Amino acid sequence: MESGNVPGAPRLRLLLRAPLPESYTNYAGRRLVRFLATAQGVGAFALITLGVIVTKLRSAPEVTFPAIRRELARSGLQLLPLFLFMSVATGLVVIGQAVLWLGRVGANSLLLGPIVIYVVVREVGPLLTALLVLSRSGTANVIELGTARALGEVEALEAVGIDPVHYLVMPRVIGMALGVMSLTVYFIIGTLASGYLCAFLNNVPLRPGDYFGQLAANLTGLDFAILAIKSCGFGALIAVITCYHGLAQPLQLDEVSRATVRAVGQSIIACVLLDAVFMFIYLAT
Amino acid sequence: MTTAMPSTDTENVPIIEMTGVRVGSLHEPGTTVLEDVTWRVEACDYWLVAGMQGSGKSDFMAMTGGLMPPLAGSYRLFGQAMPIYEDKLLSERLRLGLVFDGGHLLHQLTVAENLALPLQYHHNVNRDEAANRVAAMLEWTGLDSWADSISGALGRHWQKRVGLARALMLEPEILLLDNPLGGMDLRHTMWWLDFLDQLSSGGGLLQGRKMTLVATGEDLRPWQNRAGNFAVLKQGRLMTLGRRNVLAGHSEPLVRELMAEGFGGG
Repeated sequence: MESGNVPGAPRLRLLLRAPLPESYTNYAGRRLVRFLATAQGVGAFALITLGVIVTKLRSAPEVTFPAIRRELARSGLQLLPLFLFMSVATGLVVIGQAVLWLGRVGANSLLLGPIVIYVVVREVGPLLTALLVLSRSGTANVIELGTARALGEVEALEAVGIDPVHYLVMPRVIGMALGVMSLTVYFIIGTLASGYLCAFLNNVPLRPGDYFGQLAANLTGLDFAILAIKSCGFGALIAVITCYHGLAQPLQLDEVSRATVRAVGQSIIACVLLDAVFMFIYLAT
Repeated sequence: MTTAMPSTDTENVPIIEMTGVRVGSLHEPGTTVLEDVTWRVEACDYWLVAGMQGSGKSDFMAMTGGLMPPLAGSYRLFGQAMPIYEDKLLSERLRLGLVFDGGHLLHQLTVAENLALPLQYHHNVNRDEAANRVAAMLEWTGLDSWADSISGALGRHWQKRVGLARALMLEPEILLLDNPLGGMDLRHTMWWLDFLDQLSSGGGLLQGRKMTLVATGEDLRPWQNRAGNFAVLKQGRLMTLGRRNVLAGHSEPLVRELMAEGFGGG
């Protein structure tokens, strides 16, 4: 992360730009301070956004509701063809590999359902969906908002009394959270269906009823709850981090690309960390 | 920052009252651009604040428009401490309009959508309900043929004009204009000066309601027979000059420079 992007007091920015002796401790310390400063900035921005969503969700609906629908379309509906393709490919790969290795170790087809649930529904589905949405819509967020910031559009909104977080961020957070959740569901359905197709093509002695019976037997209510919370959380995280990097600090046009790279990296890390939290929940139950 | 409750007696309250204000930079927070600004704008005044490039005009307008707080001193708008952030005082804040140098439009929206946005946001009207007001404003500002154009595709002259029309949509009582004549050709310059005269005298859609104006500029000549009060920004200070009759033959070298006397244009 570049020091110019660190939020907070000018003194801190100056400190982070200061030429320090090249040593591992200084380097590590400097990275740690930057990480903490960024985490503080993103955290504060997330809290501000949450406050705006809670207090202003229903204000100016003629402006914000169409914006939420647009974001939902952009981070959901318009990505559906890509996700159907990826879900089919993932199903073929996961079940193809499972069939291959189950055969080699002498296991039977009764394990296909549990493997799909553990691999796709709990882990790969939500995380892969989040990363694909990040690559398609998250990057667009940073570029759009960073450009808007650099061109003075944010000041223009403030000048006419429009809260930029309410107008620009809230629709993106809600739209992306719902979009990632919806796409995750479609992705999983596509993967499950193509997984069975792969098993069928590999002559696995498994009838559709048995396959879906295995899936149903291995799915619990907790899976549905965690899937919904996790996928919404991924969407909200990506939206908050990308909006933060595009909007929360003064940018020049030539800084937008660097801000985009930073936002993508930090979003990936945040999603993986959130995924790890849910994995611990699974392990604890 | 504490703010007083909305004043009930607005008759004797100056529209803008600054005392010992220190103005920072919008893009470099913490940097001082102007110091010790003491200034008072009364209702229906028409001010021109002139200064060279880099003198701090845009930051002064941004601070006056409430986009950033003063670094020091007291700034009150209609008796309210600025900047106003509280939602309950938003109506007070919207009595002031700000036109940016360059327009600062929302580039992905059309001209008509740019104008409709403040109306839709604050009055919760749909696009059809806002259409009449938007059409009237477009016609008044000569933008009707650009209504459906994407604002980012317009020339700079027209973008500024759209910025003006957008600022007028919420019917402010005071309008701040940052360098409205910067980079204008003569035809557009005349249009702006005539239009600001209309605003100052309450013409057009204002229906007799005179508007208070504060504009900035880099050249005093076009304004000398238009604006009523003059000030200049010099070496980080605001220097009020007085009424328009003081301009000719003023002893201040910066004023003579801004009147282009050295170029034979005065």
